[in-house]
Amino acid sequence: MSQSILIKAGSILGASPADVLIKDGVISEIGNNLSSDGAEVIEASGMVLMPGFVDLHTHLREPGRENSETIATGSLAAARGGYVAVSAMANTLPVADTAAIVEQVAAIGKSVGLVDVFPIGAVTRNLEGKELADLGSMAASQAKVRVFSDDGNCVFDPLLMRRALEYVKQFDGTIAQHAQDPRLTLDAQMNEGHIASTLGLKGWPSVAEESIIARDILLANMVGAKLHICHVTTAGGVEIIRWAKSQGMKVTAEVTPHHLILTDELATSYDPIYKVNPPLRTQADVESLRSALIDGTIDVIGTDHAPHPVESKECEWQSAAFGMIGLETAFPILYSTLIASGAMSWARAAEVMSSTPAEIGGYENHGHSITVGEPAHIAIVDPGQNWTVDRAKLASKSKNTPFHGMEFNATVVATIFNGRITHKVGR
Amino acid sequence: MRHLLSINDLNKEQALEILDTALEMVRVNEGPVKKLPTLRGKTVVNLFAEDSTRTRISFEAAAKRLSADVINFTAKGSSLSKGESLKDTAMTLQAMGADAVVIRHPASGAAHQLAQGKWVSGVVINAGDGTHEHPSQALLDSFTIRQHLKGGSGDLSGIRVAIVGDILHSRVARSNILLLKKLGATVVLVAPPTLLPYEVERWGVEVSHKFSEVIPTVDAVIMLRIQQERMSDLYFPSEREYSTLFGINAERLALTKKGSIIMHPGPMNRGLEITADVADSPQSVVVEQVSNGVAIRMAILYLFIAGSQESGL
Repeated sequence: MSQSILIKAGSILGASPADVLIKDGVISEIGNNLSSDGAEVIEASGMVLMPGFVDLHTHLREPGRENSETIATGSLAAARGGYVAVSAMANTLPVADTAAIVEQVAAIGKSVGLVDVFPIGAVTRNLEGKELADLGSMAASQAKVRVFSDDGNCVFDPLLMRRALEYVKQFDGTIAQHAQDPRLTLDAQMNEGHIASTLGLKGWPSVAEESIIARDILLANMVGAKLHICHVTTAGGVEIIRWAKSQGMKVTAEVTPHHLILTDELATSYDPIYKVNPPLRTQADVESLRSALIDGTIDVIGTDHAPHPVESKECEWQSAAFGMIGLETAFPILYSTLIASGAMSWARAAEVMSSTPAEIGGYENHGHSITVGEPAHIAIVDPGQNWTVDRAKLASKSKNTPFHGMEFNATVVATIFNGRITHKVGR
Repeated sequence: MRHLLSINDLNKEQALEILDTALEMVRVNEGPVKKLPTLRGKTVVNLFAEDSTRTRISFEAAAKRLSADVINFTAKGSSLSKGESLKDTAMTLQAMGADAVVIRHPASGAAHQLAQGKWVSGVVINAGDGTHEHPSQALLDSFTIRQHLKGGSGDLSGIRVAIVGDILHSRVARSNILLLKKLGATVVLVAPPTLLPYEVERWGVEVSHKFSEVIPTVDAVIMLRIQQERMSDLYFPSEREYSTLFGINAERLALTKKGSIIMHPGPMNRGLEITADVADSPQSVVVEQVSNGVAIRMAILYLFIAGSQESGL
């Protein structure tokens, strides 16, 4: 059943207000004083319409860890955050390293129907970093996997990384690298710096991330392959990527919302809610990541939404799980840190939240501009409406957000996915 | 302050009050009846999730001399070794009505988490958490230094102390650095660069890699225990080389300032960081540190449990 929706007087990426009419999953008309015959009306005066958000980095936990998230609960969390597409990371149980698993994830995603769920395939079998997973079979499967990642683990063996980069060229695939030298981060707990030294928590040096970024950019450039750097967290990593791009090398990079706003100072509470991989860094790193996202050195926001049950965080720091949830808070954070001040334009925000991740993922039906004839994937956000995060009210099955109680200066008011309303405040 | 989690929980006056109270406790310990009725009816739980006979019996003796009831909850053979969470353990202690929990734990920050108030309501005393802090050890070390070098009163201004060895992994070093600086002493760390914390220059201490040059300049030397596994973790090439460069032996003892003291928190690796002749020399105050430890812990328990209102701690 298709639905007609009339969005009244919203501003498309900051332009003057207009009405947008959606019919049969497509944007059918844009103009003033459009008629609303039988359509569901969304009053959007003072609000901004953005192309529906696309996340390249989502942990949905199904199959195998349904106690922390399911494809259904994760999809709802995504819709609440303005997302219309998510990329399900491969570190499930069993690992998404075969055609059967990625097809299962895609099929469940489709039956839930709140967002498009694009499975990411593992680079190596069982994420063990020893031999290549069934990359070609996953690419040829119903799930049409194009992005591969061992996220959670780094593809550390340089020869294996080279082979992976080369191999996926045959189906225009991308390797998304979790850049973390495992030897330099043995038992590491938080950013290596004076705070870790004082707290007696084992340090996670920036160079453990930067050395892998540098190595992989050189490898990808040599073999002419597509490399995506997951969750960049350091100013040094930004400089390496900036240099590579200035040389015309092909690489794309991602930053998480939490690395744009939180620092390692928070670890002084010893509250494992702030324990995350890669770790929270310093204020100087935060500033560098923000500038890089604005100037295009970093291409996209990836949430690294990482749900964990309460018991995995209600324990000593060193025993706690790494990770924080982020789908529902991503846009409000981006707005409050960068858009509100005018440092980032609405057009750039649409790129980092929607069109560029869609392009990197090869998600052809996503990331389009809001114009007549395009698929109706829209996020409606209200910059005038403050939102205080209440973890009890989040849709994610897990509540491990570091933003509980924080107030942001924007609310995701509604999400339209394929011409259907998947989220609307107050509904 | 309600809890003693870090030396940072104390200001200088409060730290000195603990040292002064400990001096009174020493007199009790030297008297014919080694017992005060101060904590009668109070329950002190020693929660030791990491083996440490020395610190546990020191706190146990301290609590008993103050007439408190003591419950020992130790890793071996308890639910702690069966994977019970810190939260469940803490809630069990709360149900027993602990007035104070003395916690030793392998995880840095465990005492802080216990003290956040969600799980237990009693006083929390940190008896060593991971590689973070060990405040009672620092207090007994400063007490010992003050007894020998400052006539047992006042602060430690003018005193220069070397802390030697595995600073990186040492909770004793972290607490000592904070307290010695707070009391006006100068601190010089002596260690190979691999065993110094990252950005140690922000700690406001001197750093040296030349033990023999430092020795004649200091009033007290605190030797740290070197763990066997540090060698396999590539921190230094061999025990022999470590011992040669950073151990204290008769030759280095001969370089010490007159009247200076040699300290070690124990247990000592005789022959590794300290030779037997130094450990047993007249300058060694290791045994005295142990007896001062009981007095300091009596002072801590007294001030934090019984005297919290009157002392303002």
